[in-house]
Amino acid sequence: MDLTYTEEEEAFRARLREWLAEVLPKVPPKPAAADWPGRRAYDAAWQRMLYDAGYAGLHWPVDAGGQGATPTQHLIYLEESEKAGAPYVGANFVGLLHAGPTIAAEGSAAQRARWLPPILRGDEIWCQGFSEPDAGSDLASLRTKAVRDGDDYVVSGSKIWTSHAEVADWCELLVRTDPEAPRHRGISWLAMPMDAPGVTVRPLRTLAGSAEFAEVFLDEVRVPAAHRVGAEHDGWRVTMVTLSFERGTAFVGEVVACRRVLGALARTARANGRWDDAVLRRRLGRLHAEFAALWRLTQWNVSEAQSIGGVPGSGGSVFKLRYSHARQELYDAAAEVLGAESLDADREWVADRLSALSYTIAAGTSQIQQNIVAERILGLPKGR
Amino acid sequence: MTGPVHFQLTDDQRALRDGTRELLVGRHDRDRLRGRGLPCSWGSPRSWGSPRSWGSPRSNEVESGGEVESGGEVESGGEAESGGGVESSGEVDDPALDRALWRELGDAGFFALRLPEAAGGVGLGLPEAVLVFEEAGRALLPGPLVAGQLLAGVVDGVAAGERIAGLCDAAADPVLWEHPAGCDEVVFLGEGTRGARGRTGEAYRSAAADVTCAPFASVDPLTPLARVTGRSRSTPLALDVPRLRREAALLTAAQQLGSAARTVEMAVAHARRREQFGAPIGSFQAVKHLCAQMLVRAELARSAVYAAAVTDDALDVAGAKLLADEAAVRNARDCVQVHGGMGFTWEADVHLHLKRAWLRAECWGTAREAEEALADALPG
Ligand SMILES: Cc1cc2nc3c(=O)[nH]c(=O)nc-3n(C[C@H](O)[C@H](O)[C@H](O)COP(=O)(O)OP(=O)(O)OC[C@H]3O[C@@H](n4cnc5c(N)ncnc54)[C@H](O)[C@@H]3O)c2cc1C
Repeated sequence: MDLTYTEEEEAFRARLREWLAEVLPKVPPKPAAADWPGRRAYDAAWQRMLYDAGYAGLHWPVDAGGQGATPTQHLIYLEESEKAGAPYVGANFVGLLHAGPTIAAEGSAAQRARWLPPILRGDEIWCQGFSEPDAGSDLASLRTKAVRDGDDYVVSGSKIWTSHAEVADWCELLVRTDPEAPRHRGISWLAMPMDAPGVTVRPLRTLAGSAEFAEVFLDEVRVPAAHRVGAEHDGWRVTMVTLSFERGTAFVGEVVACRRVLGALARTARANGRWDDAVLRRRLGRLHAEFAALWRLTQWNVSEAQSIGGVPGSGGSVFKLRYSHARQELYDAAAEVLGAESLDADREWVADRLSALSYTIAAGTSQIQQNIVAERILGLPKGR
Repeated sequence: MTGPVHFQLTDDQRALRDGTRELLVGRHDRDRLRGRGLPCSWGSPRSWGSPRSWGSPRSNEVESGGEVESGGEVESGGEAESGGGVESSGEVDDPALDRALWRELGDAGFFALRLPEAAGGVGLGLPEAVLVFEEAGRALLPGPLVAGQLLAGVVDGVAAGERIAGLCDAAADPVLWEHPAGCDEVVFLGEGTRGARGRTGEAYRSAAADVTCAPFASVDPLTPLARVTGRSRSTPLALDVPRLRREAALLTAAQQLGSAARTVEMAVAHARRREQFGAPIGSFQAVKHLCAQMLVRAELARSAVYAAAVTDDALDVAGAKLLADEAAVRNARDCVQVHGGMGFTWEADVHLHLKRAWLRAECWGTAREAEEALADALPG
């Protein structure tokens, strides 16, 4: 057990810090939350800067145009970027963390050449069309159907909760190609252009006020069969491959950010007198321990991924269960520090308190994560 | 994917953990545990497990002690003969402490683990000690283990397991002494320096017979306690008290982690076996989710405890103890819940985990102290 970094890793960190210090002043101001074209341009410009400096697709394999960095280097990258206040991955999330890695692992040479470089350069934005109105936690029950017609699939159905759909160029789409087969065996993975005729995007307003996701209606949309990644009906497996790219690093930046927020909460509470409340103080002390431990758990999971060759253990579910809860507690504590000021929706912590509510829902609800932990790690029987 | 693997157990550390587990399973199994310090023959439903006649601790000791002399005897050492300081208790012996096993632990290097090889030790570090203590916590091994580890090399005979020393937090109120009747000597830490994190305190050493105590009915049947009321003679010791307190907290946290991990296994094993409504209760989500949360608590505590063992930082240790205490206590309670009525019996081991967890949570840093220290350390 060791928590020191190698010389090589420290050198990587130093180079990165230097670069961040040099380039961050040149990043334009952040656009307003509702300014979607502005947000897209901002996220794309940052990705381009990463690309030009050789940091794009850091954790992607080299033969996919990535840097082939180790999980630890990726961790360092995310930690340092957050500490330096660099922009988030933003609208490039699906491209860099889901669709891109899927194509890298399962796509043909032509598909890789077509889709990967624009993702790395920030030229094309992807969204993820998995969830449907009637298929959320039970994703494998999805019904959007794709019927083969010559060189195309004709796709009809609807997707929901599609983040960044409004600005995306492409959608990684799960469709049912064989309605007769067992649920997991009749699904295919398609790359669908968002400007294809028959695609209608209807933004949905979240409880935080902004339109972060959308409904996507598909009415006989023609998608070339050449846009199918992996074999026909094999889309479920193809999708699951993507998950192995995440390697426990998904929330690195956020944990760093939460620890900073905790410090700011303490400063505010000391200034406004609420620090005298022992209950609040102890609550902040406990959160300090929680986030410190979540950081260690991240390091543990990343080290594990590195030692077993890049595939994450089931530690991801354990982490997500605790982290999503701790994040909500952090912003509840923030509300206590703010008192009635916590009713001011323009305050940063108030918006974050609202958006924290999605953490126990998105990417597998806490209940589903608990089922996963109980069944896959603890070996408890499936059932109701 | 190549590159160094930082925060994982090394092969040697895995081997140490597995070896310790084997040693404790072989020498300290459930029946032995229950034969000691559990003065009970009531309340065991006949329908599960054959009715056991709880032998007196002494007969049990002879039976299992085998090749070594029976447990009650103390090696020479005059004044320490029987730790007779407990005023009212008629008992001379400590039913929970097995001197033969203690010596075996000594032989195995349990106490001398971190002493340099030149001094007859094993020459390992804090992370290894933490792994070993995690196993001890898992097995509910009774005895002043933290004292043994910290006083090896300080008090003669402790490293080899020949003499048993206790370690008391003299800054606490009340000052509690674990296994008073089993100890030959006691070291008191940090009188008068209460709450001073990082400040140098004082350490005193007393023969067990020179310590006066009032009885204290320990909630943990395997950890007898006495309330220290005074010392007639004591010698000052030149020890790094903040370091000892930090390590005592960390090793206690490691035991809590072991207990927390063990109760997850116990709950899961029961949930798979026990059937109701025609299905294993572990197939019901309400039960499943209790078990999943138990694992989450144990794993979060694990990364905190292991990291604190690597950094040896006071704040990391405080946070690790806080989370490990919580994991041990709450997991034991959930484990009771998963066991249903059986969980509420004396016969099931679960209550032993809960009671020990409560006891350890009060030792070497409470939740209140840790939370205040951690809050205090927030920037600004
Ligand atoms: C902010 C945000 C962004 C998202 N972005 C995307 C995206 O870009 N692309 C995409 O495809 N999807 C996206 N999603 C969708 C997300 O994956 C789903 O919301 C999630 O999987 C839950 O599905 P659901 O909303 O249909 O809820 P349901 O599955 O209907 O769940 C409702 C409740 O029932 C519980 N429940 C359901 N099944 C079980 C069970 N077996 N056991 C116990 N409890 C159960 C759930 O835990 C939950 O509490 C996003 C969601 C959010 C909140």
